[in-house]
Parts: sequence; structure tokens; C-alpha cells
Amino acid sequence: MSAESSPKIVIVDESPIRAAILEEGLREAGFTRVVHISEMQSLLARIYSEDPDVILIDLENPSRDVLEAMFQVSRAVRRPIAMFVDQSDAASIQASVDAGVSAYIVDGLKKERIKPILDLCISRFNAFSKLQDELDRTKSALEERKVIDRAKGILMKVKGLTEDEAYVLMRSTAMREKKKIGEIAQSILTASELLK
Amino acid sequence: MTTPLHIGFIPLVDASALIIAVDKGFAAAEGLDVTLTREVSWSNVRDKLNIGHFDAAHLLAPVAIASSLGLGHVKVPIVAPFNLGLNGNAITISPGLHAAIMGEIDGDPRNPLVTAQALARVVAARRKAGAEPLTFGMTFPFSTHNYQLRFWMAAGGVDPDEDVHLVVLPPPYMVDSLANGHVDAFCVGAPWNSVAVDLGVGHILHFVSDILVRAAEKVLAVRQSWSDKNPEVLAALIRAASRAAQFIEQPDNRSEAAHILARPEYIGVNAEVILRTLDGRLKISPDGKIRESSRYLLVGREGAARPDPAQAAWLYAQMVRWGQTAMRPDALKTAMGVFRPDLYDATLGHSLGQPGKSGSGSDAVGAFAGPAFTPDDIAGHLAAFEIGRWKP
Repeated sequence: MSAESSPKIVIVDESPIRAAILEEGLREAGFTRVVHISEMQSLLARIYSEDPDVILIDLENPSRDVLEAMFQVSRAVRRPIAMFVDQSDAASIQASVDAGVSAYIVDGLKKERIKPILDLCISRFNAFSKLQDELDRTKSALEERKVIDRAKGILMKVKGLTEDEAYVLMRSTAMREKKKIGEIAQSILTASELLK
Repeated sequence: MTTPLHIGFIPLVDASALIIAVDKGFAAAEGLDVTLTREVSWSNVRDKLNIGHFDAAHLLAPVAIASSLGLGHVKVPIVAPFNLGLNGNAITISPGLHAAIMGEIDGDPRNPLVTAQALARVVAARRKAGAEPLTFGMTFPFSTHNYQLRFWMAAGGVDPDEDVHLVVLPPPYMVDSLANGHVDAFCVGAPWNSVAVDLGVGHILHFVSDILVRAAEKVLAVRQSWSDKNPEVLAALIRAASRAAQFIEQPDNRSEAAHILARPEYIGVNAEVILRTLDGRLKISPDGKIRESSRYLLVGREGAARPDPAQAAWLYAQMVRWGQTAMRPDALKTAMGVFRPDLYDATLGHSLGQPGKSGSGSDAVGAFAGPAFTPDDIAGHLAAFEIGRWKP
């Protein structure tokens, strides 16, 4: 795909990581003209000056409403803009909303040229949320580990236990009370704070 | 048996009937298990309602109409059987613009015609001095805020497309934008006007009730197809919202309501600021000046919750006036058909009263300028206004 025939794509996203993931995917797929806008002030002016064929924006971004103003009759707009792919393409709309992204397409770009962009965008957005989930899980696992270690320390000191004994005590209590070991550890920390 | 329902809302005080219906258990008492989802943009609310992620939504009245007409987006017929609020917006201006307008004022500054004419003189003086045009923020192309700002300034001779910049800004960005000079003024719902005044960056120039005595603002919106399939669920939701609206309108309950609405999962601002809105007692300038109005925001009282198709016709007329669509009799009929007093009456009866012709208005809206509004002759009505993008 030559640079001239590649549609110009603007990514409006305040998350630099997600924008980078998306941009990389688009470039790999041969869409070489990709611009990332992360600054929401004067968003429309930026978009008009870039004059893109497709605009991608994440659904968590309140500035989506700003983009809607481009539909309106105004001398500032060079061309009318249509949203999503087609009135009939409910599946694409559904998939993109589920992934958390929305696409604005400048009128005149053919449908078959938009589909791969949107599909790629949806899969990259989904990949990003998966990554985010994993990151959050890793983070909370680490947090839990810290809490357990501190609770272990308290038990060792107060009850004169070894590290292994302290751990076994927390684990058996967790099993008996049908709770997670992290929750038991947290209650030990809370109790020890209160009893200080 | 409980029915699960997903409802989207934007954190604004006029979402209160929905929030209170859920939080006070009125929805649960009707057998509804409602999940409220706080959204960040009207586009999201509209899209998620359209594709069925939401069963119902807190929606700008003009968006419900635009969606039913397929304006600006895919066409999905929407029905609005219950008004969540009448009025509730205000026009807030920067201290600089406030000083400029007051310097040009010739008459009572509480009169919107007087302020709009003063604005026209400010605009003319700026043009002569080679200054940048003033910028006004509003929330959405199909919004009451857009039409109210335009109606007001055009009455004074300011062309909203030629003489100033009108830009869309998400409500949570309004106050910052006013503070940093990105906009000179805005029209937005509560609580953002009060937030700007409290921070000393804005003066409330008008309540929109100065411009229109009765303005349909947000509606409870559902897809028409959903309404046809789930009449009993919809009736239960209308009853719950109505009970909540009556709860909020009891002065003794307002403090409790304000504290619920203030919680971070709902609106997330100080309860005292929300209470001002519900009481219609607002601080309007940074020096602490208070203005009271019984018409600032109506949630259910004076028959406010009953949809009035004439209101929908007025909103459609504004879309025509400002060139968002062409005048078509069938489109007018569709627009009026979005507002469904029949569904309201079938559920709640007439016990809550009919909309009153309150205030100075002799018609459904009570606008401060122009002839009385009638849905029967929109072309004739619009012909009375000098400024507009409308071509007969």
C-alpha cells in the first residue's frame, strides 16, 4: 500500500500505551499515515488541521461529544462526516462499543477499506484491556503478598511462632472461615492497628 | 420476580429522579433490579442505549429526537414517557465578559433581551478593535444548551454562527476551560455553574428559566422497540421515577437527596452545591450574591414530569432554525411522537396534575422573545426571527 493510498488515521487517546499498541498494529497492517493526539484542548482545531479520513477515539474519553460537533453544518468542516461504518452494520457497532472504541469516518472512504481498520482497532483495544487486567491482577497479587508478609511478622512476634507456623496458622484459619488468606492477613493488620 | 435493568446516566443533578429511585429502593419496590452506569459522554449514552447495552437512559431531550430522526447518527426510534427535569441550566460568563456586558448594559440586567443587546455591543466593539471572537461552550450539538444560548444571543442581534464561536465541551471540562480562558462563557446544567462561581472564575448571568419559562431538559429514554416489548417493565420504571421525583420535591427530603446525589458513584460534588440547585437558591457571583428562583430546576412539580409534545416541537423547530435539518411535516410528527404523555397518563393517571401555563409564557415554552409558539405553524413561527440558518 503506497503512502498516498493509505487513509490518514487520527487516534484520539489519553493513554499513550494503548495509542502506541494501536498505532503499531495499524502500521504493521500497512496503514502508514497514523497521527496520535493526546491533548484534548483545541481538539477540533487539531483534527481539522490533520484532515484525517478516519478518527478513532476511546469511549472513556469525554471528548467524544466534541467530535460529534463535526457532524454539524459548519464552515469549519471541509467534508461531512459519517459515524461508524454503515447504518446496517450493527455487528461492527456492537463489537466496537464492547471493545471501548468508536470510529468516525469521513464520508467518501469506501466501506471495504474501513472494515480492516475497525477490526484491527477492536482487536487491539481488546488486547489492551486484557493486558490491563493482567497488570491489575499482578499488582493486587503483589499487594496481597506484602500484607501476608506483614501479618506473618506480627504473628511471629506476638505468638512466638516461626515463619512457617505463622503461615500455616493463617492458612488454616482462612480455610475454616472460608476466606482468602489475604483477607485473614488484612484483619490481623487491622486488629493490630486497633490494639496498638 | 425481579427484572434486571441497565440504565445509563451523566453525573448531573437532573439525573436525580433515576438515582434516588434506585438508591431509596423505589425501583426495587417495583420489582426492578437496576444497575446504574455513570457515563462520560452523551455519545456513549446514546450509542449504548441504541445498541441495547442500556435498557433506559438519562438523555438530553434533543438527542432523543435526533436519534428518532436519524440526525447526526444512526436512526433508532426512541420514546420518552417521563421528563426527568425541566429547566436547570444556566449561562455563566467569565469575570472579564461580565464586566464588559455590564459596561454596555442599558436596562435591567435580569432581562435576557437587555443582556443579549449588551452582548451585541460587546461583540461589535471587539470586532472593531480586531479582537478574537468570543467563545461560548455548550454540551452537545443536539442539546438544550446549544439552543438556549443561540436563542438568547440571536434575540439581541448576535449571530451565533457568524459573530461568536460556539464549541462543544464535556461538562466536567467547562469550569477549567472558563478559568484558563479557553471559553468566555458557557451554558451547562447543575452543578457546574455553581462550581465555577465558587471557584471565583464565573458569574451566573441567567438561569435558563429567564429565557424559556418551561424547557424540557432531560428525559427518561427507552428504545421504542423495547417499550413495545416491555410495557409492564416500563410502567414499573415510570412509577419508580415518579415516586423519586415526588420524594425530591418534598423540601424536608432535599438534604437527604443531596447527600445521596453527592456520593462519588453518582455526581461526586459537595452535597451543599447540589442542595442549592434543588432549592433553586444559587450563589450567582463570586462576591456571594444569592439569587432565588422557583423555576430553576423542576423535578416533577407542576406536572413537570409529564412529557409535552409541544416541547418536542419547539426543540425540532430549533434544529430547523439552526440548519441541523430541513423542515418536513413528517419529521415534525416523528419528533412530537417521541414525547409520550399517553404512556405517562396510562401509568400514573392525571393525579399529578397537568402542566401549568405558569410564568409569563402564553404557550408551552414561554420564550422571552418572538411570537407565541405553536407546533401547527413552525415555518410561520421561524419567519419571525431575523437570525437563523433556515431557508424557507
